[in-house]
Amino acid sequence: MSDTSSRLRIVWIYPDLLSTYGDQGNVLILRRRAEQRGIPTEIVHVHSSDSVPVEGDIYLLGGGEDRPQILAAERLIADGGLKRAAARGACVFSVCAGYQIIGETYGDDDDKPLPGVGIIDIRSGRGATRAVGEIVADVDPSLGVGRITGFENHQGRTAIGAQATPLSTTVKGIGNDDHTEGAYQGQVLGTYLHGPALPRNPALADLLLRWRVGEIPPLPPSWGETLHEERLAAAL
Amino acid sequence: MSELPLRAQFAAALGKGAASLSRATGRGDGSVIGGKIALKVEPELLTKLARGKRLALVSATNGKTTTTRLIASALREFGDIATNEHGANMPTGHITALGANPEATVGVLEVDEKYLPGVLRDTRPAVVVLMNLSRDQMDRASEINLLAKKWREALQLSETHVIANADDPLVAWAGLGARNATWVSAGQRWKEDSWCCPECGGHLKREPDPYWECPECGLRRPETVWAVDNARDTVTGPGGAAMTLALNLPGDANRANAAIALATAAAYGITPEVALPRLREITSVAGRYTSVHTQGVEVRLLLSKNPAGWLESFAVLDPAPVPVILSVNAQIPDGKDTSWLWDVDYTVLRGRRVFVMGERRTDLALRLETDDVAFETADRVDAVVAKLKSERPDAAKVDVIANYTAFQQIRTAYGRVQ
Ligand SMILES: [Zn+2]
Repeated sequence: MSDTSSRLRIVWIYPDLLSTYGDQGNVLILRRRAEQRGIPTEIVHVHSSDSVPVEGDIYLLGGGEDRPQILAAERLIADGGLKRAAARGACVFSVCAGYQIIGETYGDDDDKPLPGVGIIDIRSGRGATRAVGEIVADVDPSLGVGRITGFENHQGRTAIGAQATPLSTTVKGIGNDDHTEGAYQGQVLGTYLHGPALPRNPALADLLLRWRVGEIPPLPPSWGETLHEERLAAAL
Repeated sequence: MSELPLRAQFAAALGKGAASLSRATGRGDGSVIGGKIALKVEPELLTKLARGKRLALVSATNGKTTTTRLIASALREFGDIATNEHGANMPTGHITALGANPEATVGVLEVDEKYLPGVLRDTRPAVVVLMNLSRDQMDRASEINLLAKKWREALQLSETHVIANADDPLVAWAGLGARNATWVSAGQRWKEDSWCCPECGGHLKREPDPYWECPECGLRRPETVWAVDNARDTVTGPGGAAMTLALNLPGDANRANAAIALATAAAYGITPEVALPRLREITSVAGRYTSVHTQGVEVRLLLSKNPAGWLESFAVLDPAPVPVILSVNAQIPDGKDTSWLWDVDYTVLRGRRVFVMGERRTDLALRLETDDVAFETADRVDAVVAKLKSERPDAAKVDVIANYTAFQQIRTAYGRVQ
């Protein structure tokens, strides 16, 4: 946890621009799974007119439409706070449009490359087809998360550079490029998965918590595990 | 009909025949298939059928079926109205509606948001009525910022008169593209899709509600001549006197729909004094808001398809302890992605008996668990009613909120109630 506070600080970046696909769910589940283990949390909403605080533990970026995505990237680059937070070793969990803009470059609606925030070594562009539907992927075994499920809805294709590692191997769906899904580099993690991803994959939520606070006790089963199993069965 | 060229007459007649056949064989209400056949024979049929009619096109994310119905009722003064009351809101449905009422001089057409620019171009309507834009079925619908831009561009090229909700920044920005507009303060409960300026992307200043302005480029809410007051249940028009609405349809969303309908009727020369009693006659629209009586319990059906709609439905629930059943599917008409459930705040349901149903009830279950709302799972409305009745013989009411196909399944179980 951050040195300035005994609370786990969850910073939700630009809910006014990047919160189109139930992204609030990721915030709510992180808070719930932390507090159930006795870890107090603080949720900070950062609007696009605010500056991004540097002392957060977990930064969340959600999905958004093309124009809000470009606005969000421009504002994050001008602000500089997220980049400084990542340099301090903060955890960043970013989804879809948010995933693309934390990379080196991403494509606008004409696939012209635009600069990203540059905190993870990925480059995104536009594919020929839109990837829409249930997606299933096996997470890098070293992360101890297992199989994840979500709903993807994007036209992006993402190439993973040498500094970053693919988050998972796709079993069903498109993800980055038909073979892998998402990426991580240190504690900066991105994915195309909606659903939202953390409610549908409690183990992925727990990975982010472990990164911040170390080992955490297991929780009794919740509807999250039931949903996880149900969606896997429905998709495969 | 006699003014139509022969080929268009033939196409319209053929379309009508196919529509009757489709109804007779039970394959639908016929609105779409009739129009499809007619369009094949005469591609410019929509333009030809629209000629000489004073049309109103009605579009929005939520409330377009209800508002279309309200406007059509208010305009009954003009005799037969050509209208797509079954909600077939794409051009094939418009052709069927116009073809079925060749003598009508007035038409009111519900239009799918994506089709509005094309239908506007093809029909040259007298008025275009715009209410709200919010996230909806993101796996197949267009992005709403893009929709607003296309509406604005289409209006810039047209002569039509716009009647629009000034309180929704995206809608207002689109409507500002038109040369003439009547602005209605119809309110906006769901604001999560309009915090950013449609013109420049700046973070909007939204106080005092419903006023809004952009501190970066100066875009601001246009001056309104019609306004709803939800607390007083009134609407004020250009005359300045507040009129009591006293609708039979519930909630703020329907007050907004009614205010828009009154402003539209006024554009046709129908005064609120004449129009309002007609709006009050409407108690349900295609099963929405209807009540079914079963096992001595009144079951009220509320259709809500997206986060903005769910918020409106929560606001019209009967007060606790009246139980509520929530039912969610994710078939193609619903959108296959249930992420939107997480955009809604369910804490308002705490302390109430809640049942979850539908093909995606597990998604609902996790969502409610996360908001600390107690709930039970259920398979059918009848089973819930039986359970409530066995526990408390005096149980009298249940509210049901369901998304599109879940709603239709429940409605069908009770004999396609209107
Ligand atoms: Zn602006």
